Amino acid sequence: MTTIDRGPGPTTGRTTGTTAGTTTGTAPTGRGGPARGRATVPTLRLALLHFRYGFLETIRVPIAVVGTTVFPALALLFFVVPQEAVAGNPVAATASSAQLAVFAVMSTCIFTYGIGVAEDRALPFDPYVRTLPAGPAPRMAGRVMTGTVFAFLGVLPILLVAAFLTEASIPVLRLVVALVTLMVAGVPFLLLGLSIGYALSAKAATAIAQVVVFPLAFAGGLFMPPEAFPGWLDTLSTWLPSRAARDVVLPVATGGDVGVQAVAVLVAWTVVFAVLVTVVYRRDEGRRFR
Amino acid sequence: MTSTAPPVEVDRVTRRFDATVALDDVSLTVQEGELVGLLGPNGAGKTTLLSLVSGVRRADSGTVRLFGGDPRDASSRIHLGTTPQETGLPPTLRVREVAEFVAGHYPDPLPTGELLETFGLTELAQRQTGGLSGGQKRRLAVALAMAGRPRLVLLDEPTTGLDVDARHVLWDALRSFHARGVTVVVTSHYLEEIEALAERVVVVDRGHVLADGALRDVVGRVHLRRVTLAVPADSEERLDRLDGVVGRDTDPVSGRHVLLTPDADALVREVVTAGVPFHDLEVRSASLEEAFLSLTRREVPA
Repeated sequence: MTTIDRGPGPTTGRTTGTTAGTTTGTAPTGRGGPARGRATVPTLRLALLHFRYGFLETIRVPIAVVGTTVFPALALLFFVVPQEAVAGNPVAATASSAQLAVFAVMSTCIFTYGIGVAEDRALPFDPYVRTLPAGPAPRMAGRVMTGTVFAFLGVLPILLVAAFLTEASIPVLRLVVALVTLMVAGVPFLLLGLSIGYALSAKAATAIAQVVVFPLAFAGGLFMPPEAFPGWLDTLSTWLPSRAARDVVLPVATGGDVGVQAVAVLVAWTVVFAVLVTVVYRRDEGRRFR
Repeated sequence: MTSTAPPVEVDRVTRRFDATVALDDVSLTVQEGELVGLLGPNGAGKTTLLSLVSGVRRADSGTVRLFGGDPRDASSRIHLGTTPQETGLPPTLRVREVAEFVAGHYPDPLPTGELLETFGLTELAQRQTGGLSGGQKRRLAVALAMAGRPRLVLLDEPTTGLDVDARHVLWDALRSFHARGVTVVVTSHYLEEIEALAERVVVVDRGHVLADGALRDVVGRVHLRRVTLAVPADSEERLDRLDGVVGRDTDPVSGRHVLLTPDADALVREVVTAGVPFHDLEVRSASLEEAFLSLTRREVPA
């Protein structure tokens, strides 16, 4: 339950002193006149409302949740755990886990936002929600919260597998810092997912999301370490957002130094995708309804 | 002051979709407490009009005001209630959850229990909307419009596809909300529905307002009889001189003459008295489409 109870709650079985049936032309009583009483529900409360129901909607289709959250942990289980050289080495095991955690966040962001938003837009409920007294900000914020929760759900199994089945180790404080870094590094993927969702139909978004996620993951060194790449791919790779996210998160998790280029590339992609999502969202406002 | 601004003010609004003109220079004001029926065939522009008033779409030209404000501002929509299409409810959410989600957007919503009770949804509160019947979904959709204690409610084809009983339940609920002072705008392509609900009727077709007035007045103009008869060629001109004919056509199949009239009895009496040599007389209710056509021809001369 998300209830921040300031003022009249949305769900409380409250019986107001004001009658539901005021006579013609009367503003709802107890407010400072209609002009002044035109305050919408606070944005934070609306955002939590959208988060709550967005979360419920998603969690009730468990297969979708399982698909995106379990895959990275399975990859760790099948490809890393059996390799004694990696699983038995604390630094290598931590790095591999961090790498897959980046993948988990990236794929959750692109899949939940790309496909989720596109599917929502196709439902007739979407234009209806736009007639409610709330702007786009709370809906967007609610979506971001939902995505963050599911991204964490994707990271959790990785942490468990890494902790119990490999030699990976990380001090608690560093783990917290690494998780925060991971979420920040996930922002460009969140924006990319939203861009896909607002630009494309549900079917196209599903296809594009898959086409985008896996090459980005491979070329970004999220499945195999970039040290194993041929020289040209390694160079190309450093300009990708997935590689930049990896290169920012990995040193934080293993206690190394974060490179300036990785941070710069990540920020640049964040700006690019932020612009893209703004353009696509605006266009969508005017074009969606036929 | 905004408190005196009418719920709906549409002033010279035009809206196009590519080559189609959905609304052409339409003006319409709805005062607080009115119960207005928007009547017109499918594709007439009713839904487009509502979507402008609810802030979903933008007008190409002209102004739309909702309680004096821009409907695209969230704060202008605090006193507005609308319905989703029945197919558009989130299927995995329960009835109570959808109601609470919608109510949560309003500063002073109706208690959810009371809302569900009013629309006979209490026993369905824990059901997922995907498992409801069409009629139950409709009821929920209309209930959602009332969740925020609206002062204005826009209902787009609220009872389409419902059986007679379900339709009457909804009509009763709407009348009771209206009796409490809620302004209601309801669209329909059923004359029966508009007759049962509305006090004022606005007839829309092809993006134009064809008629706007009190129910009895407009229904009288729309509720026409179709008198079909065959007449020898040398007597055809005598049909031109008949009173009470508001529309005239020729049946493409039989070649008989079709006369639209508000009073078939009077017309037939007149034809007989005038001694027009007719045969194959047939009288039936004119369809709404035929009535709209006759209105169009009179008021928007080509």
